[in-house]
Amino acid sequence: MSNAPVDNGRRRFLTIATSVVGGVGAAGAAVPFIASWNPSERAKSAGAPVEVDISKLEPGQLIRVEWRGKPVWVVSRTPKMLEQMKAHEGQLRDPQSQEPQQLESSTNDFRSIRPEIFVAVGICTHLGCSPSFLQGGFGEKVEGTEDGFYCPCHGSKFDMAGRVFQSVPAPLNLEIPPYTFLDETTILVGEEQGVA
Amino acid sequence: MFGKIVDWIDDRIPMTRVWNMHIAQYPAPKNFNFWYFFGSLAMLVLVNQILTGIWLTMNYVPSAEGAFASIEYIMRDVEYGWLLRYLHSTGASAFFIVVYLHMFRGMIYGSYQKPRELLWLFGMFIFLALMAEAFMGYLLPWGQMSFWGAQVIISLFGAIPVIGDDLTLWIRGDYVISGATLNRFFALHVIALPLVIVILVFLHIVALHEVGSNNPDGIDNKRKKGTVAEEDKPKFKFHEYYTDKKDIIDAIPFHPYYTVKDIVGVVGFLILFCWVVFFMPAMGGFFLEAPNFEAANPLKTPEHIFPVWYFTPFYAILRAIPDKLMGVAAMGASIVVLALLPWIDRGSVRSVRYRCGFHKWNIAGFVVTFVLLGWVGATPQTDFKTIVSQVCTVTYFMFFVLLFVYSKNEKTKPLPERLTK
Repeated sequence: MSNAPVDNGRRRFLTIATSVVGGVGAAGAAVPFIASWNPSERAKSAGAPVEVDISKLEPGQLIRVEWRGKPVWVVSRTPKMLEQMKAHEGQLRDPQSQEPQQLESSTNDFRSIRPEIFVAVGICTHLGCSPSFLQGGFGEKVEGTEDGFYCPCHGSKFDMAGRVFQSVPAPLNLEIPPYTFLDETTILVGEEQGVA
Repeated sequence: MFGKIVDWIDDRIPMTRVWNMHIAQYPAPKNFNFWYFFGSLAMLVLVNQILTGIWLTMNYVPSAEGAFASIEYIMRDVEYGWLLRYLHSTGASAFFIVVYLHMFRGMIYGSYQKPRELLWLFGMFIFLALMAEAFMGYLLPWGQMSFWGAQVIISLFGAIPVIGDDLTLWIRGDYVISGATLNRFFALHVIALPLVIVILVFLHIVALHEVGSNNPDGIDNKRKKGTVAEEDKPKFKFHEYYTDKKDIIDAIPFHPYYTVKDIVGVVGFLILFCWVVFFMPAMGGFFLEAPNFEAANPLKTPEHIFPVWYFTPFYAILRAIPDKLMGVAAMGASIVVLALLPWIDRGSVRSVRYRCGFHKWNIAGFVVTFVLLGWVGATPQTDFKTIVSQVCTVTYFMFFVLLFVYSKNEKTKPLPERLTK
C-alpha cells in the first residue's frame, strides 16, 4: 500500500466529486429545516373573510375588526372629512393611489367603494404598528387638516383616505383590503364578490 | 492519593496543562485597571442568564394562549419565581451594561488593533448574537411591548428590496406575529442562541489567549526572544507555550492575581445588581416597560413604543431618517461600522494615553453621541428630538470617518519602554 504510486489527478477528482455530492446532500437536508419556518397549512387557512355590521356606526366613528389577525378599520367619514381631503393633496406622496395598495374598486379619490365608508388595514406601511385615529386633533401634526391617522412608533401621518404624507418614514399608503357590501349595512372584509 | 487521581486524569485528558496554560501560568499584563473587570463580569452574567433561564423554562408556557398567564404564575405562585425572573430580566440589562463598557475599554485602549482583529470580530459576533437573544427573549412574556416591539423589528426585514415581504413572512411563520412566532423564538432563545453564544465566548477566549491581552498602555509586553535581560523578566513561572516563543516582561499569572482582582469586581457588581433586583427591578420602565404588564393585543399599538434601553441608540438612528430602506440601512451600518474598527483605525499606537489630543475629543464626542441617541430613542418623538437624532446620527458616523482620516498620520506621544502603573 505504502509503495503504491500516488495518482494526484485521480485523488483531486475524487476529493472534488465527494465534496460536490456531499454539498448537494447538505443543501438538500437543509430544505426541510428552512421550509418548516413557512406558515403552516393551518395558518394559511385561517384567513377567512369576516362580516362587519355597520348599522350602528356613527358619523366620524371608527371601529376595529380582526381579519387575518390584523386590525381592519371601518370609518364613517363625515362630509367635512371628505371635503378637507382635497386641500392637502399637494403634501401627499401618492395622492392618486398609483401604487397597488388597493383593488380597482377603491382606486379613486376617496380610496373606497362608497365615499363615506372607509375600510383599511390599520397597519402602518413603515414597520407595522397600528396608527392612532386623531379625530379633530390631527391639526398639530398637519396644519389645516383636522382628522387623520398618526403612527405612534415612528411618526408617520396618513389622511382620512389612508394616504401617506411626505417626509415621514412610511413609504406607501395604507393597504385597502378586498371587501364588498353584502347589503346596506353589512360589509364582508376579505373577499371581493362580483362587481362592487 | 489526590496526586494519583490527577495523574490518572492527565494521562487521559490534558486537564492540568489546560489549567496552567490558560489560568495558573497565563501571563497577563500587570497593569490591568478598572476597565478590565467587564470581561469576567460578562461571563458571570452569562452564567446567571443560563441558570435562571433554565429554571424559568420549568414553569413558562410557550404559547400565545398561555405565555402571559404563565409569567403571572411564575411571579405569584411559584416559590421564588419572582426572584428567578427578576434575576433574568435584570441580568439582560446588566449584560448590555457590562458588554458596552467592555467594548468601550477595547475602544480607548485600541484592543481591536493588530493582531487582535479577529478577537474583536468574535466579540462583535457575540454582541450580535446577544442582541438577537435579548430581542427574542423580550417576545416571550407576550405583553403589549413584546408584541409590538417584535412587530417593528421583524418588519425591518421587510425594507429589503424584492425578498423583504417573503422574508418577514418566513421569520414570523404567519401573516402576523402569532403563536407560531412565539414558539420559534422560544426555541431559538433557550437552545440555539445560547449555544451559539457559548461557542463564540469560547472562541473569543481562545483568540485572546493566542494573541495575549492588551493593556492600558497598549504596548506589547511580549518581546522578541533573547531581547530581555534575565533580571528584567518577572519571577513567575509562565507556561512554556508562551515563554518558548517570546520573552515576557511586566506580567503576572492570571491566577491568583487576576482571579482575586476579579472577585473584587464581582462583589462590587453583585451589590449594585442585587440592589436593582430587590428594590427596582423595573428600573423606572427602562428594564421592564409599563405596557408589557398588559397582555398582547394585536389590534392596538400602545401609545408610545420603545425598545428596551440597550437598543435605543440604534433605534434612534432608524427613526432619524424619514425613509424606510435608508433608515434600516443606516441602523445596520451603525453596527457594521463598529465591527470594521480594526481597519478604520490606521494608527499603530493603541492606547488613548499616547494618542493625539483630537482622538480623546473624538472618543468623548462618540460617548456623548451614543448616550444622546439612547435618550432620544427611549422617549417620545418630538420635532426637536428628531433634529437631535439626525445630528447625532451624523456625529456617530463622523467618529469613524474622522478616525480614518487622522489615524493615518497621527501625531502621537512617545511610548514608554515598560508598562506603567
